[in-house]
Amino acid sequence: MQSYYKDENNVAMKLHFDVIKDDFSRAGEASSKIKNTLRQLAIDANLLRRIAIATYEAEINLVIHSFGGTIEVYIKPDCVEIYVEDCGPGIENVERAMTKGFSTATSIAREMGFGAGMGLPNMEKVSDEFAIESQLDIGTQIKMVVKY
Amino acid sequence: MHLKNIKEIVNAEVLAYEEGLDMEILTAFGSDLMSDVLAYVEEDTLLITGLTNQQVIRTAEMLDLKAILFVRGKIPAEDVLTLAREKRIILMSTKESLFTVSGMLYTNGLKGISI
Repeated sequence: MQSYYKDENNVAMKLHFDVIKDDFSRAGEASSKIKNTLRQLAIDANLLRRIAIATYEAEINLVIHSFGGTIEVYIKPDCVEIYVEDCGPGIENVERAMTKGFSTATSIAREMGFGAGMGLPNMEKVSDEFAIESQLDIGTQIKMVVKY
Repeated sequence: MHLKNIKEIVNAEVLAYEEGLDMEILTAFGSDLMSDVLAYVEEDTLLITGLTNQQVIRTAEMLDLKAILFVRGKIPAEDVLTLAREKRIILMSTKESLFTVSGMLYTNGLKGISI
């Protein structure tokens, strides 16, 4: 798997969103705004949907699992890069977390229709490039690239 | 299949964005797990679910789904209906169960998605 690094070259537009822990009522707002912005830039519908899935799953993960975090979107001439960072608690076993069906989600998350253990595998599936790094008690960083 | 026909077949009540009922959908997917909906639904699909929270509307929005059919007589709260209207997503509700609704629609020619 690739390592996480932020590529600051050729960024035409940057979007930044803070996502708050346990804020289920607003979960999805950032992804909705990202999708609307990209739609205005006339990005192909199929790509738009893949980016929307990637950001939405990430946003839900931040709400469910993290102590809070950020989603940054770099719009570039040849791709869209999505950077997701949180401030903990970190993933104990990334390989297991990437396995379809594995979940540590709470009952509240499950009531909302999540916690099926599909989030991370799904994010990887819709990305052309995917990198995840996590350290216990520090946090998790994910980079997803969707190419035009 | 036209959403109008679906409404008649399952005897549904329209809760939001009735103006869109003339639209056509090609397939359907039934699930209460939004993660699975996000993982498998790719085409222009009717979402059939018993879950009525905001995340159902958000999931439909992300996937460009036109319509959601709630089963088991579930009616979402007003803020969920408002979000659906804003996103132009048709919401319908039927008293039937997910299994029964799926059978009724399948018999009438609506197919599932390929996984």
